[in-house]
Amino acid sequence: MTGGPMVVVLAFGYLALLFVIAAWGDRRAAQGRSLIGSPTVYALSIAVYCTAWTFYGSVGRAAEFGPSFLLIYLGPTLAMLMAPFVIGKMVRIARAQRLTSIADFISARYGKSSSLGALVALIALIGITPYIALQLKAITVSHAVLVNYPQAADLPLADERFWSDRSFWVALVLAVFIILFGTRHLDASERHEGMVAAIAFESLVKLAAFLAVGIFTVFVLFNGPADLFAQAGERPELTRLLGLESVPGGALGWVGMLVLAFLAFLTLPRQFQVLVVENVDERHIKRASWLFPLYLLVINLLVIPIALAGLLLGGGDPDSFVLTLPLSAGLEALPLLVFIGGLSAATGMMIVETIALSTMVSNQLVMPLLLRSRRLHLSTRGELAGWLLGIRRVSILGILLLGYLYHALIGETYSLVTIGLVSFAAASQFAPALLIGLYWRGARRRGAALGMGAGFVVWAWTLLIPGFAQSGWLDPGFLATGPWGIAWLRPYALFGLEGWDIYTHSLLWSLAANVGLLVGVSLFTRPSALEQTQAALFTETMPQGLVPASLWQGQTTRGELRALLDRYLGEAASRRVFAAHPGEADEVDDDQPAPAALTLRAEQALAGSLGSASARVLIDSVARGEAPDLEAILRILDTTSETLEMNRRLEQQSRELARASEDLRAANARLRELDRLKDEFVAMVSHELRTPLTSIRAFAEILRDNRALPDEKREHFLDVVVRESQRLSRLIEEILDLARLESGRLTLSPTRLDLVALTRQSVEAVQRLQEERGVTLEVAIEPEAAWVIGDADRLEQVIINLLDNAGKFAADDDPRVLLRLARHKTHYRLAVEDNGPGIAPDERERVFEKFHQIQHRESGESRGRPRGSGLGLPISRGIVAHLGGRLWIEAATRLDGACLVMELPEAPAEAPASTDVPDGAPSQDRDSGDTPATP
Amino acid sequence: MNTPRRKERLIALIVLAALLFSPPLVLIAASSAGGVSRLVPYVFLAWGAVIGLMAWLMERRDEEGRDAE
Repeated sequence: MTGGPMVVVLAFGYLALLFVIAAWGDRRAAQGRSLIGSPTVYALSIAVYCTAWTFYGSVGRAAEFGPSFLLIYLGPTLAMLMAPFVIGKMVRIARAQRLTSIADFISARYGKSSSLGALVALIALIGITPYIALQLKAITVSHAVLVNYPQAADLPLADERFWSDRSFWVALVLAVFIILFGTRHLDASERHEGMVAAIAFESLVKLAAFLAVGIFTVFVLFNGPADLFAQAGERPELTRLLGLESVPGGALGWVGMLVLAFLAFLTLPRQFQVLVVENVDERHIKRASWLFPLYLLVINLLVIPIALAGLLLGGGDPDSFVLTLPLSAGLEALPLLVFIGGLSAATGMMIVETIALSTMVSNQLVMPLLLRSRRLHLSTRGELAGWLLGIRRVSILGILLLGYLYHALIGETYSLVTIGLVSFAAASQFAPALLIGLYWRGARRRGAALGMGAGFVVWAWTLLIPGFAQSGWLDPGFLATGPWGIAWLRPYALFGLEGWDIYTHSLLWSLAANVGLLVGVSLFTRPSALEQTQAALFTETMPQGLVPASLWQGQTTRGELRALLDRYLGEAASRRVFAAHPGEADEVDDDQPAPAALTLRAEQALAGSLGSASARVLIDSVARGEAPDLEAILRILDTTSETLEMNRRLEQQSRELARASEDLRAANARLRELDRLKDEFVAMVSHELRTPLTSIRAFAEILRDNRALPDEKREHFLDVVVRESQRLSRLIEEILDLARLESGRLTLSPTRLDLVALTRQSVEAVQRLQEERGVTLEVAIEPEAAWVIGDADRLEQVIINLLDNAGKFAADDDPRVLLRLARHKTHYRLAVEDNGPGIAPDERERVFEKFHQIQHRESGESRGRPRGSGLGLPISRGIVAHLGGRLWIEAATRLDGACLVMELPEAPAEAPASTDVPDGAPSQDRDSGDTPATP
Repeated sequence: MNTPRRKERLIALIVLAALLFSPPLVLIAASSAGGVSRLVPYVFLAWGAVIGLMAWLMERRDEEGRDAE
C-alpha cells in the first residue's frame, strides 16, 4: 500500500540521520564536551540488547509460547542487579589493561594466551553471524510486509537479484557507517562516542515506535486493556496461552531460559562492548542497573496485548503483528514509524556487534597470524598503523557480508526465529571462563580452552547441526534415531535425556562439559608465571598498580621500544606513550635501557590496538637478555599476594584494636568519674552521719554533765537524741539498701497485691506529715483494683518516697502534689506530680544517680525544706526494676513541676494459689521419707 | 558499593529477585484462578518491585556518608 520508493527514502534517510548524530557525538567528544557522559545514555546504549528479535519476535514468541518471551528480559534484569559487582569489576580490569573485547578479556585473564583469544573469536564468529543475518532478514521481511500488504509478504529471495535486495544495501550502508565511526582511531580502547550516541538514540526510537503501536492496538483497535482482555478471555486457547503450560519445557524450561538469558547478556560480544568497553565512568553502572531493567519492562509491557489483539483479529504471521495491525486499520504513518523502529533495533545491534566482532577478528585471529609471519615481510614495513585499520575495516565488511550471505543463502529454509536463542547458547559458552575466571584464581588456561571447546562442540551437536538438518541441509533422520543408529547420541535427547526443551537441554550438557573441564583440568594444571599474575589481577587479590616490574623477561632499550611503537601505532601515539613519562620525552639516550614502567605502558598502548596477546608477543620480540629467574618471580608473586592478604588482616586487626582501645579509654574515663563521685559520696555520707551523731553526742554530754537540769528540758533533750538516732538508723538502713540493690543481694518477696489498696495505705501514712508541711495532696485513682506482682513493704516504701520527694520540691507558697493511678495497656502507671520548678529534660536521668542526688539536695536544703538522705530515688528505681517495672521522670501534665512515673506490669490472671500446692506436697513427701525411723 | 550495608542489601535483593523469578513462586503464581493464569501479572509486578527496590537502593544518598566517590 505505502509507496515502495517512499519507504526506501525514509529508511536511508533514517540511516543518514544516524550518521549526523554519530558525527555530532564525535565532534563533541573531540571538543571535550562528551554527549555520552551520562548514566542515562549508558543505560540506553545497553538497550542495544533489544534487537529486531525483540521488536518483531517478542510478539511472535508471545503468540506461540505465551510468557516465555519475558525470560529473555528477566535474565538480564538479574544480571544488571549484579552489575555493581560483576560489571564494575570487569570495567576496572578492562580499563587498567586496555582490553577491548570479550575475546581479549578472556585471553588476558588466562595469561594473554593468543590461542584462547582466537578460540573465543571463532566461536563468536560462528555463533553470532546468524544473529546478524536474523537482523537483515527482519529488515527484508518488514519491508516486504509494508510494501506488499495486504498480499502475502514472503517473496522468495532467490527470485531477487542481490542488488535489488534492500537488505544488501542496508548492510553496505551500515558497513560504511561502522567503518567511519567504529574505526576512527586505531586504539580500540578509545571509545566510539559518536557510535554510542547513535545507539542510544536508536534505543529511544525503537521504544517510542513499539509503544506507539502498542497504545494504538490497545486504545484504538480495542477500547482499552479491559476490553481486549475481556475479548481474549472468551477464547479458551488464548487464556491457556497466558499460563505456564505454554512455556516450552514448563518450569524446567522456565529456569533454563532464565539462566540462558542471564549468561548471554553478560557474554554476547555487543553487550560486552557497550557494558565494559564503552563505559565512560564506573559510577554510571549504578543508574543503569535499574534504568536498563526498567527499559526492558516498559518495552515488554504491551507485547502480550499486541499478541492477543493480533490473534483475535486473525492477522497472519505473528512475527509481523506489529506491522499488520496498524496496516489493517488503514493507517499510513504508524506502519512507517514501526518500520523505522524495527530498522533502528536491527541496525543498532548490527553496528555494535560488528564492531565487537571485527575487533576480535582483527586482534585475535588476523594479527597473531600476521605477527607469526612477521620475520618474513611485516617487520620491514615502515608504518603499520594504517595496515591495522585496514584489517579492521576489511573484517567489518567481511562480517556484514557473511551475515548477508547467511541470510540470502539459507535464510529461507533455516528457521531464523530460533537462531536468536541458538546464538545465546553459543555466547553462554564464554560464561564459565569469564565468570569463574573473575572469582577463582585457580582457573587455568588449559581448563578454560578445553572447557570452552567442549561446550562449543556440545552446543553445535545439540543446537546448530539439528537446525541445519531441519532446514533440509542434512538428512533429519538422525534426529530421531541418532547417528548410525546410536540412540544415546540423539541431538535433542543426549544420553537419553528426553522431554526437555531443546535450549535447556543444550545448555545443561554444554555447560556441564564446559564447567566440568574448566574446573577439573584447572585443578591439575600448573600455570605459567604470566598466567598467575593475570589471575591475581583479575580476581583482584592483587591491586592493578602492583605488577612487579621485574616480570619482564628481559631488557630492551628505549630506542627499540620507540621503533616498535612507531611501527605499529604511528609516531603520534608513540610520542604520547613516551611523553606520559616525565623525563622520558627528551630523546637523548635511545641506547639507555627502558625502565620497566615505560615498557609496561608501551605494552598497554599496543594492547589497546592489537589485543593483549599480540602486544605481549611484540614486546617479547624486542626484549632480550637474561630473563629473571621465573621461579623467583613466582615466589615474589605468591609472597606479594600473601603479604597483601596478611596486610589486609593486619589492617582489620589494627582497626579493631583501635576501636577496643577507644572503648577502653571511654570506660576508663567513666570509671574515673565514678571514682570521683564515690569519693564525694563517701564524704557526703560521713558528713550526713556526723551531723546527727554530733547532736546526739552534744545532748548526751549536756545530760551527763548537768544533772540539775529541769525535767522538761531533760525530756526535750532526750527527744532530740531519740529523733536523731532514728534519723541515723534510717540513713544507715538506706545505705544498706542501696548496697544490697547494687550487689544484687536485695531480697524481695513478690506476691500478688492490689496496687490501689497499697496506694491508699501509703497516702494515709504520709497524709498527716504532708498536712503539717502545708502541702495539699490530691489523689486520683482510676481503676477499681490494680493487681500487680510486688513486694508490699518495698512498694509502699517507693510510693512514700515519691510522695515525700514531691512534697519537698513543690512550690514554696501553696505547695501541691497530685497522685494519679491509671491503667496503660497491660501496665499500671502511678504518677506523682508537683507544682515545683520541675527538672530540665537533660537532668532527668541524672536525678537517679545517687551521687548526683546528694548534690541536688543542696538546693532543697537552701530552700529550707526538710531534707532526706537523697538516696530515695535510686533505691526506688532499683526496687521497681527488680519487680519488672520502670521508673522515670517526665514533664507534669496537670501541675507545672516534675512528674515521676512508676510503671508496673499487670499481674497475670488469678492462679496464685495453685502454685503453692505442688511445692508443698513433695516437701511433705520428702519429710516423711526422711524420717522412716519414726514409727 | 562502598558502604558494607549497601553491599549486603544489594546481595539480599539479588537473592530476592532470583527467588521471585524462579519456579516455586512462579508455579504458585501460575496456578489459575477461574481459568485464567495469574502468571503474567505476577511477573510484571515482581519485576517492577525489584526494579523499584534497586532504584531506591542505588539512587539514595547514603546516610553513612557519600559513597562511590
